[in-house]
Amino acid sequence: MPESLLEITGLTKAYPGVVANNDVSFTINKGEVHALLGENGAGKSTLVKMIYGLVNPDAGEMRLNGTSFAPDSPNRARASGVAMVFQHFSLFDALSVAENIALGMDNAPAPRELAKSIEDVSHAYGLPLEPKRIVGTLSAGERQRVEIIRCLLQNPKLLIMDEPTSVLTPQEVEILFQTLRQLKAEGTSILYISHKLEEIRALCDTATILRHGEKVATCIPASTTARDMAEMMVGASFSNPVKAQREIGETLLQVDNLRSQSADPFGTSLRAISFEVKAGEILGIGGVAGNGQDELLAALSGEMRTGADTIRLKRHAIGRLGPNKRRELGLLSAPEERLGHAAAPGMSLKENSVVTAARRMGLLNSGFINWSTTEQFTQQVIADFDVRTPGTHTPAGSLSGGNLQKFVVGREVSQQPEVLVINQPTWGVDAAAAASIRQKLLDLADNGAGVIVISQDLDELLEISDYFCALNEGTLSATYPTAELELDQIGLMMGGSHGAGQEGAQ
Amino acid sequence: MIRFEKRLNPSRATTILTPFIAVLLTMIAGGIMFAALGKDPVEAIRIIFWDPLFDPNFADYSRPQLLVKAGPLILIAIGLSVGFRAGIWNIGAEGQYIMGAIFGAATALAVYPIESPLIFPAMVIAGALGGWLWAMIPAILRTKFKTNEILVSLMLVYVAESILASVAQGVLKNPDGYGFPGSRNLQQYPSAFNEEVFANSGMHWGVITAFIAVIFTYVMMTRHIRGFEVRLMGEAPKAARFAGVSTTRLVVFCLGFSGALAGLAGMFEVSGPSGQITIDFNTGYGFTAIIVAFLGRLHPIGILLAGLLMALTYIGGELAQLMLGLPGASIQLFQGMLLLFLLATDIFTNYRLRLGGAH
Amino acid sequence: MNLLGIDPILLIASLMVSATPILLAAIGETVVEKSGVLNLGVEGMMIVGAVVGFITAVNTENPLLGFLTAAIAGALLSTIFATLVLYFKSNQVATGLGLTLVGLGVSALLGKPYEGIKSPTIKSFEIPMLSDIPVLGPMLFSHDLMVYISILIVALVWYTLKYTRFGLILRAVGENHDAAHALGYKVIRIRFMAIMFGGACAGLGGAYISLARVPQWTEGMTAGAGWIALAIVVFASWKPWRTLIGAYLFGGITVLQLNLQAAGVAIPVEYLSMSPFLITIAVLVIISARGNQGAPASLGRLFHASS
Repeated sequence: MPESLLEITGLTKAYPGVVANNDVSFTINKGEVHALLGENGAGKSTLVKMIYGLVNPDAGEMRLNGTSFAPDSPNRARASGVAMVFQHFSLFDALSVAENIALGMDNAPAPRELAKSIEDVSHAYGLPLEPKRIVGTLSAGERQRVEIIRCLLQNPKLLIMDEPTSVLTPQEVEILFQTLRQLKAEGTSILYISHKLEEIRALCDTATILRHGEKVATCIPASTTARDMAEMMVGASFSNPVKAQREIGETLLQVDNLRSQSADPFGTSLRAISFEVKAGEILGIGGVAGNGQDELLAALSGEMRTGADTIRLKRHAIGRLGPNKRRELGLLSAPEERLGHAAAPGMSLKENSVVTAARRMGLLNSGFINWSTTEQFTQQVIADFDVRTPGTHTPAGSLSGGNLQKFVVGREVSQQPEVLVINQPTWGVDAAAAASIRQKLLDLADNGAGVIVISQDLDELLEISDYFCALNEGTLSATYPTAELELDQIGLMMGGSHGAGQEGAQ
Repeated sequence: MIRFEKRLNPSRATTILTPFIAVLLTMIAGGIMFAALGKDPVEAIRIIFWDPLFDPNFADYSRPQLLVKAGPLILIAIGLSVGFRAGIWNIGAEGQYIMGAIFGAATALAVYPIESPLIFPAMVIAGALGGWLWAMIPAILRTKFKTNEILVSLMLVYVAESILASVAQGVLKNPDGYGFPGSRNLQQYPSAFNEEVFANSGMHWGVITAFIAVIFTYVMMTRHIRGFEVRLMGEAPKAARFAGVSTTRLVVFCLGFSGALAGLAGMFEVSGPSGQITIDFNTGYGFTAIIVAFLGRLHPIGILLAGLLMALTYIGGELAQLMLGLPGASIQLFQGMLLLFLLATDIFTNYRLRLGGAH
Repeated sequence: MNLLGIDPILLIASLMVSATPILLAAIGETVVEKSGVLNLGVEGMMIVGAVVGFITAVNTENPLLGFLTAAIAGALLSTIFATLVLYFKSNQVATGLGLTLVGLGVSALLGKPYEGIKSPTIKSFEIPMLSDIPVLGPMLFSHDLMVYISILIVALVWYTLKYTRFGLILRAVGENHDAAHALGYKVIRIRFMAIMFGGACAGLGGAYISLARVPQWTEGMTAGAGWIALAIVVFASWKPWRTLIGAYLFGGITVLQLNLQAAGVAIPVEYLSMSPFLITIAVLVIISARGNQGAPASLGRLFHASS
């Protein structure tokens, strides 16, 4: 009879305008890996914040080991044995591993003792770390280790992990799973938040599924199909969009031996990147964040100049051209960071249109901005891409993530690019908006444009791309038709073995 | 517990109201300060703000002085505001002002005593050039070496002052000046004299240039792509680069523009109200203009009004010194308080006050 | 051994005296900037310290009391800056400049009645035995107390930042204030304390000018020392011991050019007096060309406590 560790009964939390959690109840047992499943906006993060003491519930109660549990701060939660590894790390790049861990602990031991503990514990759990390394020099997977070790050093009874595998290669995911299984064997419980169904089926004992703030089911992942779990998450049966058979046209973009040196000590240098995109094609570039995606986008958008011939757009050598010249020639782009990079948060949507569309859409008149034409263009984008906003004057920063991304994608697609490069098109975007964005990308390719989608979401890439390659530490793998790829092949490509199987390469 | 909560949309009403509230608060704080110095606060405030404009004993003298003092302040502040909007901090306008004056005066003195309608325009160009060149030093250092322009432009103020002292006693010294340091007085050199366009209005060519600068900058910032790029760079530098804005070109433009305007202000001043190059020619306009820029919320019309207000505090301050024996430094304090009160009330544009501790 | 009529022992001794106010201001500002805040109001805090210290010393005949009140005055003035920048989220550059103006104005007002008066100065504190060493003795070990205290403060700051938990947290706040906040550290409180420390140090530095170096009161007597201190923080890559080197280097150049002026060397006075500033610019360029290493990543950036 499994012993319960944390009993959650009737937990409810409401914010103005939305009920984040409504009467949620479930139990986590000792030594259990318990998944928390749900789409973005289902209420997972609010629930977890209540367990970790960041938010106070409006109603309901929690019992930890039989006694009442109501932490009012993360410190209290940690003192009771609950530790959490967040999706976005709280790390200090310029400080060492040991210093970072010390900062995350409530009672850090003396430096020498701490260094030894770090070495011992990290090796014991298969996640080796050197205490003196500067965190900024670590890869994303290694940085996650710092966060995990920081938690483990406090001997938690319950370890909460929020979307842990989003930054890991398939091989690193295996290593993490081994660590988690080891912890489980020692009696630690794990609350595993994710939307990756296959992983949950491989790792977790139980799964609680949330939808619109309510618990809809608890199931045993091993005996439930991914499709069934997905349908419980979304609440309807759904089908994969059918990719229309497209006519492939001429080569639009040719990248040849693109290399760059990262000025930032914590950035990635690009090495000998070569690929091409034809009209009507969608090329998917997979890879875990931090492997050169931002740098690749900067090289393609024109923010970073490279050798003139390294990038050719329909015969024009554009490597030395700036962003606006490239836009005039038909190469448009959308970076990953919405606020601050793709759009200026304090400026209105109308002004944000000027950021990329000024010249291509003829919004300028001898340098003077034609605000009424800009207004028309912005209204068109809002209407065509279903951007929910009071008007064109709304500051970009006050739009929800999904709506802002719809605007950003809409702004570029409405300019009718020849080639569009987009980095993380649906990261952090709710399911409906994400589906709509993906459809627009497919439509764009249907109309004869070439599309490059850089994404961490393998499911997304498998769904919409015709060809697939992977970026690892600045090097691009060989390209394969998506339809012919196996998951472990993809894993190897992302992990760095290139040209794995010369056959099938484009 | 008192907290600041971010508003969903910035409040426009507050943007317009806050400078007035800041002025009011400064008057109150200033009044307290004057009382502490043993002067009647109401009388002091009246002497500073009201008398120069309306008291029949002083107004005829003071009112023209208003434009004389406001002109350079507005001209310099307009130039600074463009850079400030982009996050480019030119703190050395005082030095650019000095160099503009030196270049302008040198041009005139080089051809003395020839009279020609071409001399004044040449001085104008020289003045702008002098300020522009002096501002190019921090510009180049920033674009080539990423050196912080705040410190460089500031250090250059001290260097400019040394150069001023040097030329006042050397190269530009008046040969007919009985050995006293200082250049010839340009007010007595008709081709070079920056005369008032309307007699006794205080409106010399520098003031007119200031008004033109206000209009020009307003149009540029609201309607031209260059103004848009400046705003974008200040709001979101990464988005600016994404939009194809060249940081180098923008830094050079902003520093050059503000340097040129400061240089012009210096040139108009030395050929007009001040008259000659002397060791202590510069009176701090370059620094006060920074306050004017912020007081005017970096907006051309705001700067116009703020410049007039600051000029009033200068003139009123001189009057108060005369009438009440108020020390000159109290006006500097007054101006500093005005800036700080404005910065304090600024938060209400984007945040509102919340009392109570609800989560 | 005299070079150009300049005695090297006197040169080095006077260099240390010249450098001390700047060193004090710079080490204080280093702590402030390490916590992620840029305080351009150093000049204002220094001059307020100078006037308050002077007035106290004259009225109580006790220069040490003057230093104490100067530190308190500097710290108090800096709280205005801290409140505006941390709570009212005002622009750091503008607020720092405003503080300088207020400081200059307040000091001129307070100091008016005291112009021309001489203050009691602090006596030399000759370290027993060490000050008897030939050459090095009078050069290094026969200064007044504040010179030694300033070096002590540098050592204290270095040790605290490198080896204590508080120092670690302060550095973390300066590196990534969002992460520090997420981990539960009180970013605003820490920055507030750092700013007050910076203010106290600047006050001490200013008082040194009016009580030891000059020792008199004149309006605006800090003459840009605060700005030099800011430059030295960058020059030193935000490292305490390098701040010492930077301040002494600058003090050395200042003293050298004054001595050259006095020795009647055939370089025009104005060029000599601008040389410290030009050299500072040159050094800044070299440091930034090499990549501005060591700058706290959050320096000058606005912190929103988003919970």
